[in-house]
Amino acid sequence: MSDKDVKIRIEGLSKIFGANPKSVIPQVQQGISKEDLLKKHKHVLGLDNINMDLHDHSIEVIMGLSGSGKSTLIRHINRLIDPTIGNIIIDGENVCDMNDKQLRDFRQAKTAMVFQKFALLPHRTVIDNVRFGLEMQGKDGAFIKEKAHYWLERVGLKGFEKHYPAQLSGGMQQRVGLARALACDADILMMDEAFSALDPLIRSDMQDILLELQVELKKTIVFITHDLDEALKIGDRIAILNNGRLVQQGPAQDILMNPADDYVERFVADVNRTRVLLAKSIMSAQVPSEINHTDTVVVGQDDTVQEVLHQMLTEDALQVVVADEDGQHVGSIDTDTLAEAVSHQVEEEKTTT
Amino acid sequence: MRKAIDDGFREFTQAYGESLEAFFDPLLTFLVWSEKVLLNSPWPLVIIAIAGLAYLGSRSWKLVVGVIVAFCVIGYLGMWEDTMSTLSIITVCTIVAIAIGIPLGILMARSDKVQAVVTPILDIMQTMPSFVYLIPVVMLLGIGKVPGLIAVIIYALPPIVRLTNLGIRHVDPDVVEAANAYGCTSWQKLKNVQIPLALPSIFAGVNQTIMMALSMVVIASMIGVKGLGQPVLKAITNQYFSMGLLNGLAIVAIAIIFDRVSQQYGLRIQKHREGGHGV
Ligand SMILES: Nc1ncnc2c1ncn2[C@@H]1O[C@H](COP(=O)(O)OP(=O)(O)OP(=O)(O)O)[C@@H](O)[C@H]1O
Ligand SMILES: [Mg+2]
Repeated sequence: MSDKDVKIRIEGLSKIFGANPKSVIPQVQQGISKEDLLKKHKHVLGLDNINMDLHDHSIEVIMGLSGSGKSTLIRHINRLIDPTIGNIIIDGENVCDMNDKQLRDFRQAKTAMVFQKFALLPHRTVIDNVRFGLEMQGKDGAFIKEKAHYWLERVGLKGFEKHYPAQLSGGMQQRVGLARALACDADILMMDEAFSALDPLIRSDMQDILLELQVELKKTIVFITHDLDEALKIGDRIAILNNGRLVQQGPAQDILMNPADDYVERFVADVNRTRVLLAKSIMSAQVPSEINHTDTVVVGQDDTVQEVLHQMLTEDALQVVVADEDGQHVGSIDTDTLAEAVSHQVEEEKTTT
Repeated sequence: MRKAIDDGFREFTQAYGESLEAFFDPLLTFLVWSEKVLLNSPWPLVIIAIAGLAYLGSRSWKLVVGVIVAFCVIGYLGMWEDTMSTLSIITVCTIVAIAIGIPLGILMARSDKVQAVVTPILDIMQTMPSFVYLIPVVMLLGIGKVPGLIAVIIYALPPIVRLTNLGIRHVDPDVVEAANAYGCTSWQKLKNVQIPLALPSIFAGVNQTIMMALSMVVIASMIGVKGLGQPVLKAITNQYFSMGLLNGLAIVAIAIIFDRVSQQYGLRIQKHREGGHGV
């Protein structure tokens, strides 16, 4: 699904909060730590030399502990926050060079945002909230009306047009937030912990809605979360921030298999690997020349380890062969590898409990 | 030193008094006109109009009945004319205070510098005994309706300015951020987000402004403003207790009506926000 066109390129982006950010750029460029900068120079290091590409048509997740700079980073994409140094290039245009008018036009045309606390207009009805972005774009009345009703229906809120946000549950309010964003028809959808305020079941529903819509819309979605399960479920790629620095970016499988450092390792420690790791990530590329059909099972390369185990056990197999979508055998998994993938999980559960 | 100031001010008055008076002419016309309308209309019509406004504002029949009874009693006790004068001066003052106060409050909310300049001025306006600024007003414009009006406006202005400023500054920053993220111009943001969300606070300001204006009526009558204040003043100098009491009660009645109606209205415009939103 995701071709690798770069939609958003972030170059050497640093953000320093404080009285005179420019004055401490040299120290930051020499790699001073966040603590030292705060202690010695009374400035907060929000982001430190971030370089990253965000791909078109994919869900790019940004993760990190509280205070790691996730919100700061996403707000640079539409310049709700101005960078101290660095550039943000979207579709070849440098957002940092835009004047006020250009910036407003850019925000209206290219970006839409969904907020953790919904940020709906409490004095406007649900339908008028969905209309908001379109009104700002200056679209004509009939067009706005049609779009607003269409998107409200798409998020499952038909019939609630005349309600006020305060009359809806959190999950429903965030659907309004989502409809407001989607109605703008912008390429880039920014979601800052958009589902974090919702309870687990509703949250899972919202993730499903988002994934469903994305299959058809193919937007560039920048999604912030501090929940790894959520990141693994919806992210095409995951970027991990620590103290304002980008420590790793890549597909979920890479991050689980090859964590870049201790921080990432601790981050992924709690996840249930058997449900996330795929056959293709742990297989070896050797295809056995002979296949003994009674004790061999053929699995898909995108099956999870859990599914592989399940098939092995139900079919009493001893050997696993991995096939791609066309049924071509592309590799195999030996039992030791499987045992390791599972034991990693078991060990961690022992240590955490 | 004191003499120098006084002389200077007197000269200023002589030089500019007339053009100043001309400047405030529209205000006078407005006041005279509204007074005429209230006094020349037949009294049942006036009561019906006021009761109707009270209903529109509060949607409460109890209040409407209260209004009708209060005004009938006022008329029966011979205070109709003074009451109408007071009503018209309050109306004019409130409209002028809103017209000046809300834009000023908005300016203050948008700029810390403006806030830093205006806040101490408001403090002075509120703490300075009203008699003190009556002096220059009277020197400039003499005794009469307009100086009285100006004195009342000066006294009643601070709450509306303060509460507009406060209301806009306290609008949920998340919602303001959303407005920015969707590419609002600052005018769109003001119109669609900040003013609507600050409205309860702005309304509290209007309410307080009306109350302040009413409480100033007696003092303003000292410099020739007609209305319920004058009989009170007369009662004080001649020790007519019952006259003072009755006129005082009429002022209280008007105050209560204004207060309830504007409060109910304020509550009504924010009823669908109950329970807040989000977290
Ligand atoms: N306006 C500001 N002034 C000073 N420091 C700030 C400001 N905004 C953010 N920071 C600091 O920058 C760092 C990153 O904050 P940010 O809000 O981006 O974190 P986050 O990853 O979104 O955290 P959370 O998960 O809690 O939302 C924090 O140390 C924070 O204190
Ligand atoms: Mg955040």
